[in-house]
Amino acid sequence: MARYALRRLLIAIPTLLAISFIIFALLDLAPSDPTANLPLTIPPEVREKIRLSLGLGEPFVVRYFKWLEQFMINEPLNVLEQWTGWTIGDSENRLRVLSWATRSPVTDLIVERLPQTLWVVGMSYVIAVLIAVPIGVISAYRQYSLFDQIGTFISMLGFSIPTFFTGLLLIVIFSVWLGWLPSIYDTTHVVRDWDSFVFQVKQMLMPTMVLALANASQISRFMRASMLDNLNQDYVRTARAKGLRERVVVLVHVLRNSLIPVVTVIALGVPTIFGGAIITEQIFRVNGIGQLLIIGIEGADIPLVQTLTFIFAILIVVFNLIADLIYGMLDPRIRYD
Amino acid sequence: MNSAPVLEVQGLKTVFGTRDFAVHAVNDVSFSLREGELLGVVGESGSGKSVTMMSLLRLLPSPPARIESGRVMFEGQDLVRLDDASLREVRGRGIGFVFQDPMTSLNPVFTVGFQLMEPLRTHLGFDRKAARRRAAELLALVGIPSPEARLDDYPHQFSGGMRQRVMIAIALACNPKVLIADEPTTALDVTIQAQILELVKDLRHKLGMAVVWITHDLGVVAGIADRVMVMYGGQVVESAGVDALYENPTHPYTRALMATLPSLDGTRRDRLMTIAGQPPLLTAPPAACPFAPRCAHVHDRCRMANPPLIEVAPGHAAACWLAAPGEGVQNGV
Repeated sequence: MARYALRRLLIAIPTLLAISFIIFALLDLAPSDPTANLPLTIPPEVREKIRLSLGLGEPFVVRYFKWLEQFMINEPLNVLEQWTGWTIGDSENRLRVLSWATRSPVTDLIVERLPQTLWVVGMSYVIAVLIAVPIGVISAYRQYSLFDQIGTFISMLGFSIPTFFTGLLLIVIFSVWLGWLPSIYDTTHVVRDWDSFVFQVKQMLMPTMVLALANASQISRFMRASMLDNLNQDYVRTARAKGLRERVVVLVHVLRNSLIPVVTVIALGVPTIFGGAIITEQIFRVNGIGQLLIIGIEGADIPLVQTLTFIFAILIVVFNLIADLIYGMLDPRIRYD
Repeated sequence: MNSAPVLEVQGLKTVFGTRDFAVHAVNDVSFSLREGELLGVVGESGSGKSVTMMSLLRLLPSPPARIESGRVMFEGQDLVRLDDASLREVRGRGIGFVFQDPMTSLNPVFTVGFQLMEPLRTHLGFDRKAARRRAAELLALVGIPSPEARLDDYPHQFSGGMRQRVMIAIALACNPKVLIADEPTTALDVTIQAQILELVKDLRHKLGMAVVWITHDLGVVAGIADRVMVMYGGQVVESAGVDALYENPTHPYTRALMATLPSLDGTRRDRLMTIAGQPPLLTAPPAACPFAPRCAHVHDRCRMANPPLIEVAPGHAAACWLAAPGEGVQNGV
């Protein structure tokens, strides 16, 4: 297993290099101007100088490798220094990936935004999984029952209605009409006592529920389908013929088998947590990673967009590997050595 | 062999389907199984052999299957009307079941030991250690080498024959009074089949249990059974001691089945014998003899009424009008 994981990680390196090149090239080819948002009174010569100062005068290949060096070597070194307090080499003059819009290091911006995203989006994913698995199990076991019909109906809604619609709907109902919940997520809010905790829960409630509905719809459908596949298997009949309780038959024999494909789906969904639910964050004004990406795109802040997109790519590759490893743990027929 | 019946089935009817469309898979099946007896159940695919046996333990998915009427008496209880908890006590403890396909009948994600220990811990309340010891004994009993080590293996690490041995070990775990084996050797090759047959023959005498052996292989039945029940169209068409059946097959279907057996020493025919026609679609309860459309000796009465089991000799009955005393023809047709 360890050797397999190591081999996969090594294979990931050329994959990620290829991805980094594609991301860089695509963003470079896209028509955008970092000075476009500056006031019109700035004369063209000054604009040209600004562009040159951002390194845009260099050839594409040079810019690509410089970015690669900054992202792959300088930033990790910097993170290491911050964690350990060491000084490695000439850390003062080491060039980091800087945001064009804010002139601050991109990594610092991301670290600032990550907690909000992890809290809201991550929590919604955990809730989605906790809701979806039991719903999938019961829906499959009582196929075509009232519970299953209602579950199917709600899943279809969650599947087909985009989050920007459910988000706005909830805001209209609970913030505008009823006034129960705040429509804007306040990042500066600090939980100190019970009241501030209640407020935190209140402001997380709507974005979390919107995302949980979308995710739970998907996962519960997978869970249901997988359970249905397994409920008709011969080994289930064997388990019943052994005189086991129905609960043991379903929750031990069938569930373990059914979870195998679903765990893969769940693991592959994790990178989207870090990617942030871009639209949902935008609607509820959660200033997380997703919102940062939108701001970056709008302001033609290429280094920010490149770095964020590449981090998503890394996460996807890593969680693919994790999904495969979990798969191997759940299913004894799969061995990686 | 004249001991009391351990399992008695009376007028069992099982129907699949809804109000609009139904398949009458088991029609009024009655039989009894005495202690230590080996009953062979033969018939072609779709004759209701497996469905009958699964109905006994209510193992058929319901819906669509439902038992319409009948009684299944085991240890003084009617299994058809038993509550779920008591039925679970019978399943695996009183009656062991071995299924047809050993490749899919074991759960792929649990070790063989876990699956073997489950009935021991559920029914007999064994703790982990005791269950493990007994599980190893069971594997040794069914002839699996180094049983202690193999407990931790998964089903995919066993061959087909070995898996069927494991299935038999699971069925035998709690020393059941009755073992129902549903075509346990059909999915296996002939040498393994012979091994499994020998194993069951041997274990049956060792453990003194009654066995119901479902098969469509008349040769297998001749080798191991005490009594044979021939099924067709969801009903019992002939029932006799094994010698009586082979010497004097009475129902035309039994005879036809025997004629299809290729003979080893007789004259070689160009083609294998077959029974012309298809087994009946059981969409309605039979009003006539289900074999009538394929029978070589069919006459008007067969198309008007379904013959009951008629005794032709002590312990030998056939569901055919030709066997009725009034018809007077038993052998000469």
